[in-house]
Amino acid sequence: MTAIIDYGVGNLFSLACSFKAVGAEAVLTSDPEVIKAADRLVLPGVGAFRDAAAKLKESGLWELVKEQAAGGKPLLGICLGMQLLLDKSLEFGEYEGLGLIPGVVRPIAEIIPEGLKIPQMGWNKLEFTGESPIFDGTPEGAYMYFVHSYYCDAPAEYVSAVTEYGAPVTASVRKDNVYGCQFHPEKSGDAGLAVLKRFCELQTRERENV
Amino acid sequence: MIAKRIIPCLDVKNGRVVKGKNFKGLADVASPVVLGSFYSACGADELVFYDITASAEGRQLFTEVLTEVASKVFIPLTVGGAINTLDDFDRVLKCGADKVSVNSGAVRDPDLIYEAAKRYGSQCVVLSADVARVGEGYHVFVRGGREDTGLDAAEWIKRGQELGAGELVLNSIDTDGVKNGFDLKMLSDLCSDLKIPVIASGGAGNIRHFTELFRTLPFVDAGLAASIFHYGEVSIEDLKSVLADEGIEVRRTK
Repeated sequence: MTAIIDYGVGNLFSLACSFKAVGAEAVLTSDPEVIKAADRLVLPGVGAFRDAAAKLKESGLWELVKEQAAGGKPLLGICLGMQLLLDKSLEFGEYEGLGLIPGVVRPIAEIIPEGLKIPQMGWNKLEFTGESPIFDGTPEGAYMYFVHSYYCDAPAEYVSAVTEYGAPVTASVRKDNVYGCQFHPEKSGDAGLAVLKRFCELQTRERENV
Repeated sequence: MIAKRIIPCLDVKNGRVVKGKNFKGLADVASPVVLGSFYSACGADELVFYDITASAEGRQLFTEVLTEVASKVFIPLTVGGAINTLDDFDRVLKCGADKVSVNSGAVRDPDLIYEAAKRYGSQCVVLSADVARVGEGYHVFVRGGREDTGLDAAEWIKRGQELGAGELVLNSIDTDGVKNGFDLKMLSDLCSDLKIPVIASGGAGNIRHFTELFRTLPFVDAGLAASIFHYGEVSIEDLKSVLADEGIEVRRTK
């Protein structure tokens, strides 16, 4: 079972539906027991980093998510949920992240040429720069749907895909069992659904390979 | 780089899509779910559902079908029509809309843009402006393009951007329905120095009009059209294939 962590940011209805569409059982939950019992976790997020981090702390799930990830459970952060995985964010100040993946969240304005619109909003291509099993079967150049003004500045070894927006912008990160997508797989058509499916199959495929 | 988007717009009345021809293999062309899935499979980059219902019952039906669309179509969904308050935002976002388009409601109460952007984020707020030439200038119209507000369009659009709109749909009343091409002059006069994405609407009659749009005006991010898609005059697959041949970046799904 996949637990989509519902900590009061945004509407998660279509995200939950997208897991059902790939045949995965998914629940929206803020219940620590359900999260502990889940096979894998999804950390969504929209809006500002500070508010989302505050809500995740208020919900009492901050430490639990860290523990669960440290225990080896697959975790997928989506959009702001991916940014929360890093050490800290510089969005409107400086705020602490979960620290599950080294790096800092910075404005994309710092790396892209002037004149490009911010946020990056729309469909852009993936270029793979590292190994990540959630992209097994995803062709190089697949289009995904992005909406963001900040990006994850992480060491190259943890960046598994970038997208070109005047400069290479981090599109996906991975460190062991912790994954992040800057794009919205649940809004990226069949290509996005395939990523969610791969994420749900991680353990099955691991077992088969053993 | 980011791809140019092709966006079909579907008018919905009492939970059913208005207009539309019988596409081959589509059992129910008036079903927003069936038609939305069809367009998504054809490569539409986003869908706009415009609620033109007047009654409360019709509004209820709209939210029901929207929920069903959002549970089956996994591309961005924008909802417009009768969005006057934050409660209206809430109502459609709960049903799975990703963006909400404001028009007359924002003209009446510009703070709606600011408040909605603050609560849901700018990426969620689309300013849709119906604009026509009046004398030497451009005016904003409301009530489906029937009423001249006297507002200067350039000022209104800039103000919308400042208030926090994350995207602009510029619908030219002058070219709407004429099928003689997008209103390149109006787009160029009003939108060339905006910081937010611009969606051109009104006037598309054939594939060439889209290549002309993206070629002439590189700042335009997307083209929106209704009848040419619904009546099968232009297929999104053919359109994207021509755009790609012309060197315009588009997302191909096949």
